[in-house]
Amino acid sequence: MAIVRAQGLGKTYRVADKQPGLAGTLRHFVNRRERLIAAVQDVSFSIEPGEFVGFLGANGAGKTTTLKMLTGLIHPTSGTVEVAGCQPQRREADFLGQITLVMGQKQQLIWDLPPLDSLRVNAAVYGIPPEESRRRIAELAEMLELGDELRRPVRKLSLGQRMKAELLAALLHRPAVLFLDEPTLGLDVNAQARVRSFLADYNRRFGATVLLTSHYMADITALCPRVLLIHEGRLFYDGSLETLTQRLAPCREVRLELHAPLGAEAFASYGEVEAIEGREVRLLIPRERLTEQVGRLLADLAVVDLSVSDPPIEDIIGRLFHQGALA
Amino acid sequence: MRGALHQRLGHARRIAAVLLSSQYAYMLEYRAEIVLWALSGVLPFIMLGLWSAVDAGGGLGMSSLQLARYFLSAFVVRQFTIVWVMYTFEEDNLNGRLSPYLLQPLPLVWRYVAAHLSEQATRLPFVAMLVGLFFLLYPAAFWWPSLPSVLLAVLATLAAFALRFLMQFTLTMVCFWSEKASALERLLYLPYLYLSGLVAPLALYPEGVRAFAFWTPFPYMVDVPARILAGETVPVLQSFAAMAAWAALLLPINLLLWRRGLRHYSAMGA
Repeated sequence: MAIVRAQGLGKTYRVADKQPGLAGTLRHFVNRRERLIAAVQDVSFSIEPGEFVGFLGANGAGKTTTLKMLTGLIHPTSGTVEVAGCQPQRREADFLGQITLVMGQKQQLIWDLPPLDSLRVNAAVYGIPPEESRRRIAELAEMLELGDELRRPVRKLSLGQRMKAELLAALLHRPAVLFLDEPTLGLDVNAQARVRSFLADYNRRFGATVLLTSHYMADITALCPRVLLIHEGRLFYDGSLETLTQRLAPCREVRLELHAPLGAEAFASYGEVEAIEGREVRLLIPRERLTEQVGRLLADLAVVDLSVSDPPIEDIIGRLFHQGALA
Repeated sequence: MRGALHQRLGHARRIAAVLLSSQYAYMLEYRAEIVLWALSGVLPFIMLGLWSAVDAGGGLGMSSLQLARYFLSAFVVRQFTIVWVMYTFEEDNLNGRLSPYLLQPLPLVWRYVAAHLSEQATRLPFVAMLVGLFFLLYPAAFWWPSLPSVLLAVLATLAAFALRFLMQFTLTMVCFWSEKASALERLLYLPYLYLSGLVAPLALYPEGVRAFAFWTPFPYMVDVPARILAGETVPVLQSFAAMAAWAALLLPINLLLWRRGLRHYSAMGA
């Protein structure tokens, strides 16, 4: 039975419609005009317990608005939501005790005090006995590789340490459903990798359901077998990341290192030339002809090295959003 | 049944203790700012200087000693009834801090109540020092209030704080619809200033103005507790009944606006 279910979910915002300049300001002051913006339209999906799902979309696509509706922070204009058997917008204690929302850059930790003070507050609020909360803090701190940092004022921590402490605070009550909105935003590569491995570990160890939005495709490819793709408020893909890649990237990328440089015309019969930099060439070859063309390349040309890969997923999705090819 | 109640009470006690201690630790980080705030609340002393200079009390039945004690008491009451929830709430709303708190199974209001009480606890030593300084400069005004009047004054001050908090928190709900709702509080500050007894004891006001003032909640926020502390005669039961009536009026409005506000909340900045 699904632990997250959204049916025909929609959210429309009323926003001021003001022209720039003094005249626009005065007109707006006398005759205030508003227009309706549909941030999310008719979005339906469900997530089973324990699933790790990526939520993709460009800025303003409706990801965060959807997360806010799933957590009950904002009320949907249309449709229904059910999370952990509850209606989020009713904000019942039973529901709040089963979910968490982590927003990168936003914090719940008290800025001037060590994270341990905020953790004590959270433990009391969620009714976790002191001994149990100490045990959980130790366990999560070990998973997150946090130690002495928990005793230092939050303002003295690095961004990565702060994010890890935020995660600890958000997970202390051991929620069954995690909504993560850009949890690795702004972190360096090492910190991103650590947060990523922690999330995978947490999902495995506690069977938690995770819905993750991230601008870093490495997060999605490493963690999410399933993705939801949203564009201009509408959900247009719900399925495996692999299928999405295949569907959106009919070609694979072949990288060649040659003995000597060759002109672009030399590769015309093999595939589409993506780039040529001296002796290094990047070609795009349709998947169904890959084996045949790689064989020909090796037979016909003086190849030093050859590798085959999928184009980066961010390129695929970026191209997709750029082209607006979302039928 | 009793076990469940006992458990709930224990839970509430633990939340209160942890919230108060963490907020107190937080306020101590800002002790210098709090001292400055306490110092900026010396308006009653300025008013004492003014009224004493023109001998206003003498003509209207208040001796200079009574006037001094009243203003000192008003200063003390004011220090423990200062409410700033609207400004913090507005800031939290604008920068997205409200959202994580709204997702926790604890009514948001208790965080702000704990912050206010902790700030008062931080203020306490500085207020005591200023009171000591006042008596050093004006030893004739020294008096020992009786224990019952101290207890009653503490109770009246707590009730005054609760009423003022409830009133401002009700106005705070406008933050759900407006980004600059604190302007309302600034507007309300004027009647509060003149009708609460901060600029002069209400006993010195013309009869009509005084009668009008007591139909508003403001005199119960400074004048009544200050007069109790200063040892003046106050219709205690009537005053507490008026405070309870105002609370009974404001509370449902507050709850209604809170529920409507949450429906309107857009979690901006988050």
